[in-house]
Amino acid sequence: VTAVLNVQEPGLFTTVQDLGRPNAISAGVQSGGAMDRFAHAAANLLVGNDVGHATLECTFSGPHLVAEHPCLVAVAGADFDPHVNGTPVPGWTSMLLGAGDQLTFGPNRKGARMYIALAGGIEADRWLGSLSTNVMAARGGKQGRPLERGDNIAAAGAPRKPSISRLHLAESLRPVYGDHILHSIPGPHVKRLNPESRSNLFGMAYRVTKDANRMGYRLEGPRLDTSGEELLSFGLVPGALQVPHGGQPILLMADHQTAGGYPVVATVVSASMPVAAQLLPGDEVLFAEATAERAQQMRMALGAALETLR
Amino acid sequence: LRIHPLGDAALLAELGTRLDTALNTRAIALAAALKKRRDVRQAIAGYASVTVQFDPDQTSHQSLAAAIRRLATKRPPMPEPGRLHRIPVRYDGPDIEEVAERLKLPRERIVELHTRPIYRVFLVGFVPGWAYLGPLPEELELPRRQVPRTQVPAGSVAIAGRQSGIYPLPTPGGWHLLGRTSVKLFLPDSDPPCLFRAGDRVKFFAAGE
Repeated sequence: VTAVLNVQEPGLFTTVQDLGRPNAISAGVQSGGAMDRFAHAAANLLVGNDVGHATLECTFSGPHLVAEHPCLVAVAGADFDPHVNGTPVPGWTSMLLGAGDQLTFGPNRKGARMYIALAGGIEADRWLGSLSTNVMAARGGKQGRPLERGDNIAAAGAPRKPSISRLHLAESLRPVYGDHILHSIPGPHVKRLNPESRSNLFGMAYRVTKDANRMGYRLEGPRLDTSGEELLSFGLVPGALQVPHGGQPILLMADHQTAGGYPVVATVVSASMPVAAQLLPGDEVLFAEATAERAQQMRMALGAALETLR
Repeated sequence: LRIHPLGDAALLAELGTRLDTALNTRAIALAAALKKRRDVRQAIAGYASVTVQFDPDQTSHQSLAAAIRRLATKRPPMPEPGRLHRIPVRYDGPDIEEVAERLKLPRERIVELHTRPIYRVFLVGFVPGWAYLGPLPEELELPRRQVPRTQVPAGSVAIAGRQSGIYPLPTPGGWHLLGRTSVKLFLPDSDPPCLFRAGDRVKFFAAGE
């Protein structure tokens, strides 16, 4: 039987996401995909899926879902206070829902984005090789839009592994979401910063403004002065810290524009991107200068944590 | 050739800093060669650069940089001439009068200059279907608008610096709007989902009133 969840309330901004569509970048289409790849992967592995299956990415608040058939689900990422039939349930844990069970969420206790995985993966529109929702193009996911009340969510197929409920990922194995240190590798245009701006970048706090979404976060803090000629546009990546003329940096996230011509003074390492994905407007971040070796250690630690769920 | 890290899983290989067809041809060829490698997830040509996303568990910045240096010394294959697109434009954009005034040229001359060259598609990117076209005749060179518009209608034909472009979707934009075209640049239900590809050629012509 295909498990089905019915959407009673969609939450503020809930979209279907997988690992994105990197092959569409050359057409100017954003790669997209889950903002917090660690939580997305963990949620999938907890219900026996592959990491590439689609999950629901719930931004700032959770939905209210009702199971129409028994199904195995897991929530991971931000802590939105999950409940089943009014009883608190742990995050980062697989759980079996019976027909009629209500999955609801309370206030946002930590983080910005929560992922809900369903055994077998979430069925959605495939566009250019991915199920991820691209709202700009109105394609992928659920008709290219966020979830709405009344939507039905079906499982895409059978899970890779037999379903196990109460599989859990220990807190010690997860990224520290509250810590707000973004490890970053300087470059390509870090030399365009004057010495004072460079020491500000790697020493002073930057605040996430209200202008923070899946495309990127506008940050506010000590001005970063760049010099030099206008750059020719080049391909961008998630985590790139772009400095437009005003000197207030923009951290590019999953739905970032594919190319641009502003200097990029540093790039957040892949293992810090889950932490970045969980930032809320008003949060302060510190950019810590990292080496490739440090980035590798951090990446391997997260990879090993996910291995424990396989 | 300068190679810079873009975090731990990507790098930027800069072939040059000039807006130049030969550099762009080399960038497109280098990106195509890099895409064939197993340790490369994606390679995107810019005007004169290639952004490479790689699998950091399979390769390192250093070894990929060495491979790029080897590839870059090879003579790129003779590029095939890109497809030619003829794009009708109604030159009635909201900025055409202001552009004419600032450049001290009659409006007809603006149209004549903009329709004269066969432009090259240097790069498709920024937003879905957007193409950076160039070079724009020197006589039309203007910096971007001081205050970008919050919404530019889809199909707007615009100029800035030595470039021209067409807005494929309604988006914010700081370029000068000369006119509009009914040709659709972003084709979400085709694969690839855009009319232009890097290396293509574009000729504008003035459509009737």
